[in-house]
Formats: sequence, structure tokens, C-alpha cells
Amino acid sequence: MTPHNTRTRNTPRSTPLNAKKASVKGSRKLQGIIDYQTISSVSGPLLLVEGVDGVKYEELVEIFLPSGERRRGRVLEVDKDKALIQIFEGSSGIEIGQTRVRFLGKGITIGVSEELLGRVFDGLGRPRDDSLPLIPEEFRDINGLPINPFARAYPNEFIQTGISCIDGLNTLVRGQKLPLFSGSGLPHNRMAAQIARQAKVLGAEEEFAVVFGAMGITFEEAQFFIDDFRRTGALERAVLFLNLADDPAIERIATPRVAFTAAEYLAFTRNYHVLVILTDLTNYCEALREISAARKEIPGRRGYPGYLYTDLASIYERSGRIKGSEGSITLIPILTMPEDDKTHPIPDLTGYITEGQIILSRSLHNKNVSPPVDVLPSLSRLKDKGIGKGKTREDHADSFNQLYAAYARGKEAQELAVILGEAALTDIDKKFMSFAEAFEARYVSQGEYEDRTIEETLDLGWELLTMLPRAEMKRVRDEYLEKYYDKTAAKLKKEEENA
Amino acid sequence: MNRTEDIGRILKVSGPLVVAEGMGTSRMYDVVKVSEKRLVGEIIGIEGDKASIQVYEDTGGIGPGEPVYPTHEPLSVELGPGLVEAIYDGIQRPLSDIAAKTGSFITRGIEIPALPRDKKWNFVPQAKKGQKVTAGDILGTVAETALIEHRIMVPPGIEGEIVEIGKGSFTVEDTVAVIKTADGKKVNIIMMQRWPVRKPRPYKRKYAPHEILTTGQRIIDTFYPLGKGGTACVPGPFGSGKTVIQHQLAKWADAEVIVYVGCGERGNEMTDVLIEFPELKDPKSGEPMMKRTVLIANTSNMPVAAREASVYTGVTIAEYFRDMGYSVALMADSTSRWAEAMREISGRLEEMPGEEGYPAYLSARIAEFYERAGLVECIGSDDRRGALSVIGAVSPPGGDLSDPVVQATLRVVKVFWSLEDTLAYARHFPAISWLRSYSLYTDSVAESVREAIGDKFLADSKEAMRLLQEEDELKEIVRLIGLDALSPKERLIMEATRSIREDFLHQNAFHEIDTYASLQKQAKMLSAVLKYYREAQKALDAGASLDDLLNLKVREKIVRARYMREADREKIAEIEEEIVSEIASLKKEVSQ
Repeated sequence: MTPHNTRTRNTPRSTPLNAKKASVKGSRKLQGIIDYQTISSVSGPLLLVEGVDGVKYEELVEIFLPSGERRRGRVLEVDKDKALIQIFEGSSGIEIGQTRVRFLGKGITIGVSEELLGRVFDGLGRPRDDSLPLIPEEFRDINGLPINPFARAYPNEFIQTGISCIDGLNTLVRGQKLPLFSGSGLPHNRMAAQIARQAKVLGAEEEFAVVFGAMGITFEEAQFFIDDFRRTGALERAVLFLNLADDPAIERIATPRVAFTAAEYLAFTRNYHVLVILTDLTNYCEALREISAARKEIPGRRGYPGYLYTDLASIYERSGRIKGSEGSITLIPILTMPEDDKTHPIPDLTGYITEGQIILSRSLHNKNVSPPVDVLPSLSRLKDKGIGKGKTREDHADSFNQLYAAYARGKEAQELAVILGEAALTDIDKKFMSFAEAFEARYVSQGEYEDRTIEETLDLGWELLTMLPRAEMKRVRDEYLEKYYDKTAAKLKKEEENA
Repeated sequence: MNRTEDIGRILKVSGPLVVAEGMGTSRMYDVVKVSEKRLVGEIIGIEGDKASIQVYEDTGGIGPGEPVYPTHEPLSVELGPGLVEAIYDGIQRPLSDIAAKTGSFITRGIEIPALPRDKKWNFVPQAKKGQKVTAGDILGTVAETALIEHRIMVPPGIEGEIVEIGKGSFTVEDTVAVIKTADGKKVNIIMMQRWPVRKPRPYKRKYAPHEILTTGQRIIDTFYPLGKGGTACVPGPFGSGKTVIQHQLAKWADAEVIVYVGCGERGNEMTDVLIEFPELKDPKSGEPMMKRTVLIANTSNMPVAAREASVYTGVTIAEYFRDMGYSVALMADSTSRWAEAMREISGRLEEMPGEEGYPAYLSARIAEFYERAGLVECIGSDDRRGALSVIGAVSPPGGDLSDPVVQATLRVVKVFWSLEDTLAYARHFPAISWLRSYSLYTDSVAESVREAIGDKFLADSKEAMRLLQEEDELKEIVRLIGLDALSPKERLIMEATRSIREDFLHQNAFHEIDTYASLQKQAKMLSAVLKYYREAQKALDAGASLDDLLNLKVREKIVRARYMREADREKIAEIEEEIVSEIASLKKEVSQ
């Protein structure tokens, strides 16, 4: 998607014969901009205006209600002299004869400057706090432009989040997009806040910023983040775009784009390392579905439009790193899976675009494992380039492969024990089973304010692995077995003897 | 350049679809330039003088009344020296040049030629003056990279006598030869050809694939091989490793030219290829892999319609190298995104939908695409053969294989590598299911495998597969009654198959040695795994205890065989000797 060149309209548009021009006051005819009063139909959030001339696809529209209220919209389709408009604030109160529509000759833009930091805006980028409007350095189209894949720099800088199951097993790197797949009632917000609080790149003191985009979440949820940012002092380095549950639903379609426009400015023009948190993508997709249904499009799975993948990609893919730019955009979108179903179109399509996923599990949450990360289906695709010697530690890759394999086998043994009873397990399976239990209790589970270094995480992993015989360490190189497995085993033995 | 009466006017804009009137002189699938921004579009429907145009760039800010300029040419690619090592977008615009021109973000209406016009190539003539040539004959060669000798061919449709042939350095637009045709016309031949992407390039004859395309991936080469000129698909849910498999094949497949199409996928994946391929060394020549690779990148945030074009652009370039007599492999990741682009355009055209909103012509388009693969006798008089193998990734929603794109693909491809998320969760990669996958080339390529490494490997691979199937049945019993219900012999089978799975099929793509295994190394590894099973079986019969057999020290060596370098692969055979001797000493203890 591309920003429009603002058209200069020095001469008034030729007025089509059938168009009823706004006849009220001449002052509205500013710089050749015409108001149309030719709305022919309203359906859901959509307006059809007839007799228009010179309207462009994706153009920004202002709608003036007889009450004096002003709303904003966007051209979805233009066919000869008919324009289909999506109204961000919804269509209630619109009267066909009285409402005036004005085409602004440009796409939706927001003003950006470093003054963004510390401010709170609504879902369309208008100030929500009581302070003065922002003095922008420039205006940018919220749709942005696709990053040239040739110009991307590969994300490979390890971010230490202090959470073992992320750092050790699903390592996050700068410029990655790693979603949290959650369910209603699970502590995804706490986890996201913990990441925002603890995330750091080792050995680097660089400018960071948080861009927070809220779509249809409740006041309480938004307040949780604001309070947490305030307490940790992150608020002055944060930009918040809030579209809350009682704000217009269609406005949500613009919110992630507005947030990313701010993030791109901060990252690639101002060289900040930006962490973008978007929540809750499920609400966003529902707004998109509402528009699609109003347009009577052929629905895809579960009524979501067929272009949902493309639409989500146009948001998620704006994160990353660019060659020659110091800054980066790391994205953590949060979505609640309806019925905890990973194959639901929203998590499914998200997983196809993002570079991995962190999945929260209800059963672990019920077992008091916190954060309740379901380790096996979680994945970070970019971890391989962000770990190892010089980044985390040489043994990292082998140790997480081994931890995964061992945990998977332990889970298998657990299932078997449920059916056949523990007695039916072989000795080795029993060992794997108790490994899996210890792994959940000690490795996955940690306090909300516990910030583990990567060394602590890796050492803990080895400590747990020594519960298993050395011959089972099939995924580990010999040299690391000697250096880490044997040493850890010896150390533990010594401690035991001392005790 | 255009007569004014040819210029059309936009009537309607709806996403990537534009309808224009006054398009009477244009034909179906002609390229047009939309609006003063000159956005590239292609005509996909004509009604009277109205044309429906799919636009390959973002249409924001475009509206009715704006002009549409016809070019009267179908969507074509440029073929000639300069293709290899390039990275193009879906309609063959060089992304590196775009970055140089417009910076890190892609703007609209950029016109940059696909092949560099100013670069000079050293043309070495192969044909002589006075020689009679026909389409496809090789006029000369250009050493394009250290790995690719670019063969300059007589373009299709031209036949005659060479009256002039050059030598030395030329640009792609310079005349390198002049051919006098039968009717006395003199045709100037340049090194660059243009070819419409939707039209398959001609060949003389097609053959069934009979030679294995080795990939260095153990589960593929041993169980589900692909033939040179064959077709394969890799469907799987997200996170099951489709892209890693595609990358592994692009890196290690035994093809001379690789065309990698990133269709509607992640930008960082293409960046990964761009960074990694120049670093990786080809195991045969020691040259960087990039020197045999052409990349097409139309990532998911780039315009949808160009996704549709990108697979055709890729396959046309691949056919061109096939025509030179090369073995070419094309990877398309992911064909689902291509199908979704078709669905989106079809929806905007308000066509009657087929399954899941996909157009009714979905399966026909998919079949046409895969049918462009094949082992062929190339046009030209030297009977050379070229092969084009196509490997498509499919991304079914929710990993559900009943998805129309998967089903349409399975109907045409001959190899099915089924990815399973349960394997991926256990970090068993490649997560290719050994029970659900299939290859219809197993028998037809057997002869070429036998020639390469002999009979034993084929027999071993059959034996291993039989054991894995037996394991599946045994697992069912264990699930119901428990491990105790199995006899020691059956327990041994379970252990042997665990070893096949973990020590042989599992392969770490990110480990510097394990990432690639030659057929020879595969044969030795499998042989060692099975040797243990056979010897242990005999020992069981002789009264050895299962626990002792399971605790043999040599088993750790079997595990580590994968980390042995190709140069040391003979040492894997030594493991077999150790197996024999360790088991022999066990037996001795038993008899004492």
C-alpha cells in the first residue's frame, strides 16, 4: 500500500450535473473541495455516494452529520461516479438527505515526530490525553510501503527477555515478529508486560521505545499496561494508540497501521529499537470480517474474508530490520484463540506469517505453571541465527534440541502412564516422565518479576538434563557433553555429598 | 508511443482490480500501464471494449477517468546472461536495482530492465559461419558465473544459416550473430530473448524421470526420492518446517540451476537466502551456492496480483535453463499464496466460486503449472536433454489436507512429503511422516541408485521401511496393553525403529555436517543401524538378554555417525565391526 501524493486542487472540480452540491455556506467550498450530499444507501459501516467525480481508491473521506458531528472514512471501491465508503465511527445517525461527504484527496495520514513518545492517542492517531496536539515533523500515510526484501537485514541479535522458556527455547531476536497465542482468561498481558519490562540486548545500552496498539480491549486491560509502563518508567518511552472496547469497531482497522507508522518513523528515521505490542488481533480480524460481510463478499473460513492472510501480512511484515539503519521493529502481537483452537483462521494465518509463536496453555495455567507456555508447539523460527557462541553460549543449540526431545518423550510417557498406570513404564520412561515434571515446575515456571540471565537459563537446562542418562543425550555434541553435562553432573553430585 | 485512440479510461477501482473502457485494441493477457503513475497491469478479462485488469502494484490513489496505456504485449520475462545471482520481484524487476533507486521501501511505477543493459559479457562462439542452425541450437557460451555456463541459443521460431557470428564482449542487446532464414531474411540474434510467462517454452520430447535427484536429506533420498524432472509437494501446517525443507533442497539438491520462488511468504526468509547462499559452498565445486541460483521474491506484503505472476515468472526462467540442457530445480514457497491471489482476483471479478471460494479453474491452473516440469529432449539439433524438477510447498489452513489446493496438487504431483506437526513439536526434523508420505519415483529411479551405490542400500531401505510399519502396529499394542505385552524380539524391533528414526531419519539442517549426507554416507549409516538390529536379533536367539543388548556401548557410536564428515564416511563401516565384536563377546558371556 502506498501513500498518495496530496493532490493540489487549485481549480474546482467540474461538477457533475446530477451531483447536488452542498448548498449551505460557500465557505465549505475551500480550495476546490466539494461536499456531496448524494448518499444513496447506508448499510452497516458502509456508505454509497453517487455522482462523485475524481474520487480515488483508498482516499480519506470526512462525513459531516447534521448534528455537527464529524466522522472519518475511507474509499473502498470506486465505480464510475459511485464511491463506496467505509466509515470508521460507524453509520448510526447518518441521514441520507442531510449528511455531507467530503473527499480529502489524500490517504489517511498521521503526523510523526519524536514528540510521539510519552503520548496517548486514539485508534486513528488523534490525541487522547488532554494535552496539546502533536506538532508533526512530517505526515505519513498509515499504509506504509513494503520493505524491499533486498534491503532487509537479517534479524540475529539476541534479546534477553529473562523468561527461560523464551530465551532458552524460543529465543527472540531483534526485528522478529513473535505472537502470543492465548485464550481468554490466560495471563498473556502479564507475560507481554514482563517482556516489555525485561527485554534487553546484552552488552548494549541503546535507545528503545515501545509502541502499544490496543484494539477493542477493555479499559482495565489497557490500564494494566499503562500502569505497568508508568511504574517501570517505560511510559515516557512509549507511544500508546488505544481503541478500547467501547470505541468504534471499524476504527480498529486503522489502529495497527497507525501504530506501525509511528514505529517505522521511530525505528528507521530516529534509530530507536522499537518493541511493538498489538493486542488483541482477534478484535481486529472481527472488524475486518464486519466490513467484508457488509460488502457481501464471498466469505472464507468461519466467515473471515479470503484476503485475511494478505491483510495481516501487510501489518506484520512491517516489522524487521533494514540495512544501513540502526533501529529495528520487533513485534509481539497478542491474540486470543477462540475456544483455544490453534486451527482457527486468526491464529492459523498469523502463524503462517510470523516467525514462530508462543502458545499459552490452559492446562498448564491450571497447574499453576506461570507463565503457562506450552513449550512443544511454541517455536521461534529465527532462534538459530541469534544463538550460539558470541551471542548466547556455544552449547545453546544442542541443549535446547535435547531439552525439547527429552520433554517430548517425557510427555509421551506421561500420556502412557495415564492410560496404563505408571507401573507399566520402563525405567527409562519413568526417568523421562519425572524429567518432564521437573522441567515444567522449574524451567517453564518462574515468577512474574524473576529476570533470569541467559547463563542461568542454560545452566538450569543442563541441571535438569542430568536427571537423564548420558547415553540419551543424542542431540548433543561430545565436546559439550564433557564440558557441560559431565561438569554439571559432577557439581550436583558434590553438592549432594556436602549436603 | 501510443496513439491517443488506443488509450483507455478507468471506470472502476476495487483493490488490485481495475476496469477500463476504450480497450478495444488490446488482447487477453496483454500488459497495460495504469494511470500516469504507469502501474503495471495485465488484462484478465475482456467484455466489449471494457477490460478487467489485475494490477501488479498498489492501486491506492487511482480513480475513474485516469488513463490506461496499452503495450500490446503479453507479460514476458527477459532471458539471457545476468539472470543467475539476481533477485527479482514477481514481475521480474530486479530488487537490488530498485533498492539502489528508491531506497529500502518499494515505491510504485518503477521501470527497470530485468537484465543489466550496460554489462558486457564475453561471448565465445560455438557455431561457425555458414553452419545451418535451427531453433535451440547453441551459438556460443558466456561464462556467467563460476558454476553456470550460459548457453546462447537460437530463439524459438528461427532457422537458417549463420552468415555472421561475433566473438568477444557484448551487452545483451548487441547482435552476436546474424542468421539468414530460408526466405532470405537476415535476422540479428542478440543474447537476450523475451518469452511470455504463461506460455510453456517448447521442447522436442518428454521422458519419464529415471534418475534420482539427490538432496542430501536422508528421509527423502532413502524413502521418498524425487526423480530429475519430477514433481513433488510439501504440505504442512505452520511451523512444520516447509520452508526449511525448501531451503535445504535449494542448497543441496543435485541440480545445476536453482530457481527459488518466494511467493507471498516472509521477507526475512528471502533475506536469509540472500545472506546464506553466497556463504555456502557447493559440495562438488566448492563455489558459493548463489552462483547457481535465481531468486524471485514476492513477499506477503508486496502486491497480491504479482504473487500470481511470480510462479509463472519463475517457471519460465527455469525452462530457459532447462533448454540449455541443464538439470534445473524450481522451489515454489508457497503455492497456497498463489492460489489465494487467484481467489482474491476471482472474487473481485465476481466469478462464481468453486470450493472454499477458490475459482473453478484452480485445479486446472495447478495442473498446468506442474506439467511444465519434466525431463525433456531440448529443441536444437544436438539431442541434449534438460530436466526441470518442481517442488511446491502448500500451506493448508489448519494443516487440513482436505484443503482444495492440497487436493488439486496431490492429483498432479508424484511425490508427497507429508509434514506432521506432532513430529515438529518433538523437534523431529525434517518432520516428514515416514508412514503417510509417498513417492511414485521409487521404482523408476532405483536403477540410477543401484548404479551409484549398489543393491544393498535399496534392500536396506526396504527393510527399514518394513520395520517402521511394524513399529506402527506394535505401538498400537503398547498403547492398549503396555510394553510388557511385547516379546523381547518385538521390543528389539521397537528399539531398532527408534534408532532408525532418531539416528537416521532425524537430520539437523542447522548443523554444519549433519545438514547434508551423500548417498554413500546415507547407505553406510543405514547399514550400521540395521546391522545392530540383525546382530542383536541373532544374539537374542542365542539367549542374550535384551537389556544387555540395549546397553551396548557401540550404540552411542551409531548415534554419532551423523556427525562424521563426508571425508571420514568410510569409518562408519568400522562401527559395524564393533557391533559384531561387542555382540560376540556378549554371546560368549551367555554361553559361559
